[in-house]
Amino acid sequence: MKISRWLRFAIVCAAMVFVFASVAQAAVSGKLEIFSWWAGDEGPALEALIDKYEKMYPGVNVVNSTVTGGAGVHAKAVLKTRLLGGDPPDTFQVHAGQELIGTWVVADRMEDLTKLYEQEGWHNVFPADLVKLLSTDKGIWSVPVNIHRSNVMFFIPDNLSKWGIGVPATWEEFLKIAPDLKAKGVIPLSVAENWTQTHLWESVALSVLGPDKWEKLWNGELSWKSPEVIKAWEMFGDILEYTNADASSLSWQQATDMVVKGQAAFNIMGDWAAGYMTTTLKLKPGTGFGWAASPGTNGIFMMLSDSFGLPVGCPNRENAIAWLKMLGSRDGQDAFNPLKGSISARTDSDLSKYDAYLQSAANDWRSNKIVGSLAHGVTANERFMNDFATVMEIFLQTKNAKAAANAAEAVAIQAGIGR
Amino acid sequence: MIILPSIALLAIFVYGFIGQTLKVSLTDWGREAALALHPEISYVGLKNYHELFTGFLNMRFRQDLANMFFFTLAFVGLSLFVGLVLATLIDQLVWGETFFRTVFLYPMSLSLVVTGTVWRWLLQPRGGINVLPTLVGLPAGEFLWLSSREQSLVFDWSHILYYICIIVLVVMAFMAYGHHRRGERQQFRTKAVISAILMGILVIGVAGGITLLDYPEEHGFNKAIWGVVMAAVWQMSGYTMALYLAGLRTISDELREAARVDGAGKFQIYRYVDLPLLKPITVSAVVILGHIALKIFDLIFAMAGPDHVPTSVPAITMFLKTFRGNELAVGSSIGIILLILVSLLIIPYLANSFKTGEQ
Repeated sequence: MKISRWLRFAIVCAAMVFVFASVAQAAVSGKLEIFSWWAGDEGPALEALIDKYEKMYPGVNVVNSTVTGGAGVHAKAVLKTRLLGGDPPDTFQVHAGQELIGTWVVADRMEDLTKLYEQEGWHNVFPADLVKLLSTDKGIWSVPVNIHRSNVMFFIPDNLSKWGIGVPATWEEFLKIAPDLKAKGVIPLSVAENWTQTHLWESVALSVLGPDKWEKLWNGELSWKSPEVIKAWEMFGDILEYTNADASSLSWQQATDMVVKGQAAFNIMGDWAAGYMTTTLKLKPGTGFGWAASPGTNGIFMMLSDSFGLPVGCPNRENAIAWLKMLGSRDGQDAFNPLKGSISARTDSDLSKYDAYLQSAANDWRSNKIVGSLAHGVTANERFMNDFATVMEIFLQTKNAKAAANAAEAVAIQAGIGR
Repeated sequence: MIILPSIALLAIFVYGFIGQTLKVSLTDWGREAALALHPEISYVGLKNYHELFTGFLNMRFRQDLANMFFFTLAFVGLSLFVGLVLATLIDQLVWGETFFRTVFLYPMSLSLVVTGTVWRWLLQPRGGINVLPTLVGLPAGEFLWLSSREQSLVFDWSHILYYICIIVLVVMAFMAYGHHRRGERQQFRTKAVISAILMGILVIGVAGGITLLDYPEEHGFNKAIWGVVMAAVWQMSGYTMALYLAGLRTISDELREAARVDGAGKFQIYRYVDLPLLKPITVSAVVILGHIALKIFDLIFAMAGPDHVPTSVPAITMFLKTFRGNELAVGSSIGIILLILVSLLIIPYLANSFKTGEQ
């Protein structure tokens, strides 16, 4: 009998512990599911954010749902089926700008964050040009975690002096020095697969159009068939004459490698290439590799950004808002960005935490004119971007600037650009 | 009763969803706010299909169709040929048969994504296969395996209906000739009438200058496809080898014996005894490989990425249109077109095997 009494006591104790434990958990509040495509190289940066969050809110169990691969192609497909099926994550990674607005905001799937921006004083620390790209007339839709720059030209300073050339300030200058380089057996400009060609195109178009007309292209005031845009396509075609023929089977890293190995002189890439050269190839920013704004775009910062938003009907809304608050804070941004190889969207970040390249980018971020990138989802919705890949193929196949401009105009109308 | 649950599941998850896809493909789901809780969707009839085959911006889909057609021809043809050669050689082996059988069958156990990734590396323009010749002192290869933009067999899409007409006509005429030779008058007459009608349509069409588009649009056999064909043949020829090997084993030695008595040589036995008896196996292999080729997605996605039009196929465009461009209706239409193409291949085969089964 003694044993059974002990047993009963033990059961009661266990039950009480269980009840208390579950009550305690409910009080500090449950879960936060973060959906992203950050794994591999970018994984540690996300982990740093999650660690920080768990320290601030120890009761919350963070579920890190990543779907890897293909620059988010797979993750976006999974996300779409989840939202269509009525099972949204608490918050998800999305390229800031039209990629979010054109897909999720017009579908009334996101909550307006204007209140949060006012409450946290973000209007004072995020540049106004940036907030404009994140907003529609109905609200502000996401919190940017990082800023990358798209219009950067990379080169190796020692190689340039060996070949006796300088850094071209305009594409005309580039086209002047390119034939000599080609005669020396050096590829003047390296490019890689389809999206990097779109990436190059936006830098060229920005230099031909200038920031004001670039913006007008996206709010529908400038036609795709206008002579300026056709000129941009022609310039792009001239530049492609001086690129490598095997482009479409290379990854962007391989195009960067060509510059590092001295097979190519220049490469236009987003500033993740700086991170690649610093971290993976162990080159020193400034001496090991050099950079400049892509020709004809000095003083303009073409940005892209990963951001997080608040989906309507997410299960743990309060936790998600706490997450967004942390992302927008100075500490949160400075914890994430040095690891990710990008800069803080805030103009008051602590520059001592960043390397030489990122410091220079951050200084430009604070002083330059800011415009959005096409290749990375800021200025155009997903439908336009999807079909623009086809427009690019039409141009690469036919090298006909007019045909490409006509096709782009048709795509812009169908996708409702500027409406 | 036992199969009832599986019938119910099949009805919902296969035929129900095919019906759903068909329904979506007749709408305009995919305009602004496609992913809203209650998106505005209206019925547009066959507009999506019409756009896919004639719309200016859907040029990519048409090149995809051409790619798929040439890929299927090259892949099925080469797999059959390589498989047959391997099976014949292994059949002659005195020892080591199991070993070689395993070696050649092994690639089939890999996932297509793995095959694609490995071959992507092998086919890098600056490495892999292109530097092989340097091992024996020859200059490195220059061919851009996956990124070549050269085309051969270029045709004008606006005349596509004529080409289809001509292909069907040739096949029909060929079959009619066969019936005629075997003295099957009834069948001969049917085929001859169909041929004549096609000929008539063709003459009227060409004479009237009827075209699908009002401007010429050129598509062709992209040379970049060869890279994908190589990887696919590497993966699947072991399978055809196994099929043929099994076929060769079922041919009774008595038949060969009889041929030998009649004075046939080794090659003659192979040509006139073995090969004709392998015909049913070839038909099955064509159907199985053919439907794999029509649905191919993962191999190309892994080898060349999503936006590489020279090697793109309809399945990839379907994925991108639906999940990246949010054009769900257009994606569904491409899905239905693929379904029709695969059924064109499989239904005659199934019908035929049911018929022989009953006999």
